Amino acid sequence: MSETIASDTFALTDISTQKEATAEAVRQSLKKRYSAERRFRFYGVMALVFAFLMLVVLFATIFSNGYSAFVQTMIRIDVKLDAETIDPKGTRDPAVLLRAGYGLLIKQSLRETFPEVRSRRDKKKLYGLVSQLGANDALSDLVLQNPVVIGKTVSIWVPASDDVDMLVKGHISRDVPEKERRVSNKEIAWIDTIKAQDRLKTQFNTNFFTAGDSREPEMAGVWGAAMGSLLTLAVTLLLSFPLGVSAAVYLEESAPKNRWTQIIEVNINNLAAVPSIVFGLLGLAVLLNFMGMPRSAPVVGGIVLALMTLPTVIIAGRAALTSVPPSIREAALGVGASRVQTIFHHVLPLAMPGILTGSIIGMARALGETAPLLMIGMVAFIADIPQGFTDPATVLPVQVYLWADSPERAFVEKTSAAIIVLLVFLVTMNALAVWLRQKFENRW
Amino acid sequence: MTMTATATVAETKYPKSDAEDVRTKFSARDVSVFYGEKQALFDVALDVPRHQVTALIGPSGCGKSTFLRCLNRMNDTIPICRVTGDIRLDDNNIYAPDIDVVYLRARVGMVFQKPNPFPKSIFENIAYGPRIHGIATDKNDLDKIVQTSLEKAGLWNEVKDRLGEPGTGLSGGQQQRLCIARAIAVQPEVILMDEPCSALDPIATAKIEELIDELRSNYTIVIVTHNMQQAARVSQQTAFFHLGYLVEHSTTEQIFTNPDDQRTQDYITGRFG
Repeated sequence: MSETIASDTFALTDISTQKEATAEAVRQSLKKRYSAERRFRFYGVMALVFAFLMLVVLFATIFSNGYSAFVQTMIRIDVKLDAETIDPKGTRDPAVLLRAGYGLLIKQSLRETFPEVRSRRDKKKLYGLVSQLGANDALSDLVLQNPVVIGKTVSIWVPASDDVDMLVKGHISRDVPEKERRVSNKEIAWIDTIKAQDRLKTQFNTNFFTAGDSREPEMAGVWGAAMGSLLTLAVTLLLSFPLGVSAAVYLEESAPKNRWTQIIEVNINNLAAVPSIVFGLLGLAVLLNFMGMPRSAPVVGGIVLALMTLPTVIIAGRAALTSVPPSIREAALGVGASRVQTIFHHVLPLAMPGILTGSIIGMARALGETAPLLMIGMVAFIADIPQGFTDPATVLPVQVYLWADSPERAFVEKTSAAIIVLLVFLVTMNALAVWLRQKFENRW
Repeated sequence: MTMTATATVAETKYPKSDAEDVRTKFSARDVSVFYGEKQALFDVALDVPRHQVTALIGPSGCGKSTFLRCLNRMNDTIPICRVTGDIRLDDNNIYAPDIDVVYLRARVGMVFQKPNPFPKSIFENIAYGPRIHGIATDKNDLDKIVQTSLEKAGLWNEVKDRLGEPGTGLSGGQQQRLCIARAIAVQPEVILMDEPCSALDPIATAKIEELIDELRSNYTIVIVTHNMQQAARVSQQTAFFHLGYLVEHSTTEQIFTNPDDQRTQDYITGRFG
C-alpha cells in the first residue's frame, strides 16, 4: 500500500518537474525568439535607412549640380541699331530684319564699352563675353517686334556666354592659376568692370524651358526633348494601352486554356524580360529599313517603346483581372448578363485601377528608356522643337545622355537640370497613377 | 445521342403521372456531371414542382450545389466541367444547342452563398438586370421595378432613403436580400438559392426564410441548404444527395418523418454529415 502511494507521489513529482522543465525551456526559447524578432526588425530598419540615404545622396547630387541651370547670367549692352547695317534698303521686310548683321552691332557695342582693347586676340575674347547667338536672337526679336527702334540706341539684356555664366555662378574658380583656367585674368577684369557698371545680373532661365537643343550651352533648352518625349509617349500610350488591355481581357476571359495559349503566355513573360535594345534593333530592321518610316521620328520611337511596354501592360492587366472576385462574375452571369456584358460592365471597371497602375509603370519605364531609341536615330542633335509625330526629335533621357557627353563645363549643370525635368515628369506620372487609382476605387 | 432518344429513355425509365406533368417546372433525367476525370453527379433524376420550394440537402461535397448550378447552366463557366443527361425547363431541354444561355439565366435567377452585390449603388444593383434585358424602357419603369423588387425582398423600408449608397455598405443579411431583389427584378420563373443563409446570423436567416416562403406564391424556388431545420421550415419538397447520388426525393414531411432510405434516416438524425 505504502509502496503504491510512494510510486504515485514519485510519478506526480516527476510530472511536475517535467512541467517546470518545459516551462523553463519555453522561457528560454521565448527569449531567443524575441531577440530574433528584434534582430529582424533592426535589419529591416537598417535596409530602409540605407536605401533612404542613397536616395538622399542621389537627389542632393542632382539638385546641387542642377539648380544653377535654372538661372542665367545676363549682360546689358547698349547697341546702336544702325539702319544702314540692319536694313540698308529701308524696306522693313521681316525676312531682311531677321537676317540682318546684328553680330556686327553687338561687337561694335562691346568695342565701345571697352575702347582700350586693341589686339585682335583680345577683341575676339571680348566678343566672347556675350552669347553671340543669344544676343543676335534678342536683337532680332526686338527689331522684328518693333521696327521703329531702328536707328536708335537701345539698352538690352543679352545672355552671357557659358564661360562667363560659369564664372559668375562660381563653377569656374578664380583661385585656379590662369593657365589652367578657361577664363583669363583679362576676361575676369572685364566681367568685374561690367558688374561694377551694374550691367550684369542673373535671372530665371526661361530659355531653358522653351528652347530646343543648341551647341551653345547658354542657349540650350530642354523643351525640344520634352516635346519629343510627350509625342513619343503619346504614341506608346495609344498603342500599348488598348492593345495590351484587349490582349489581357482575351487571354484572361475568353481564350481557351490549351497549349497555344500557354505558349503565348510563356512568350509574353519572356518578352517582358527582353533587353530593351533588342526592341530598338527590331525597330531599325523592320520599321526603318523594311517599312521605310522616318528616322529619329517620335512615331517610330513610340511604336518601339509600345512593343517594349506591351508585355508589362498585358501582365499587369491579367493580374488585375484575376484579382476581381469570381463572385462578381457569377452575380452578373446570374442575372443574365452575357459574357461581354459581364466583362465590360463589371470585371473591367473593377480591374481598372490595377490595369492603370501597371500601364503607367510601363509608361514611366518607357519615358526613361534610351537604348532602343539610339538604334532608330533619336540620338541625333536636333535643335528644332518637333511639331508632329514624324518630325525628327529626341527624348529627355537621350538629351541627358547627349549633354553628359558634351565637353563644355556648362553642360554639366544642364545635364543635372534635364534629369530634374525628367524626374518631375516621372513624379507627375506616378501622381497621376495614384490619382486615377483613387478615382476608380472611389466608385466602390 | 439525340434529344428525342434521351427523352424516350427518360420517360420509359421514369413514368410520370399526368398531374405531375402539369405541375413540373424542372425535370432532370440521367444528369451526370464531370469535373475533368472526376464524376461529381451520377444519373440524377429529379422533378421540381411549380410554385413550391424544393430543398436540396446532403453532406458537404455530395453534389447538391453542382446540381443546382446545372439548372441555370452556371457550370458552363467552369472550363473542365461537363454535363450529360437531360434537364427540361417547361419541357424544353436547357442543354439543347439552340437554347440561349443568357435567356435561360434571365428565366432562372440565382442567389449565391456569399452575398455578392455589385460594387455599385443599391439602385444600380437592382436596375442592372432589367436594363440589360430591356425590360424597363424609361426611368419611371426602372424606378417602379426597383421599388417593387425591393418591396418583395422586404428591403424597401430599410433602404428607400439611400438608394444611391453602395450596395456593399449594407449588412450581410441586407446584402443577401438585395441579391434576392436583384434576382426578382428580372422577373424570373425560377429562383435558385445556393445556401443563401450560410453567411448570415440567425435573425437575418429568419428574415430570408420568411421571404422565401412569401416568394413561393410567384416563383418556383430551389434551395441548397446545409441546415436541416431550414429545409424542414421552408420547403415543401426535399431531395437528399449523398456522394453524388440522389438518394431520396419526396415531400419534406415524408423525408423528415418517414424516410425510405437508411442513409437519409442517418443523415437527418445527425448520425453523419
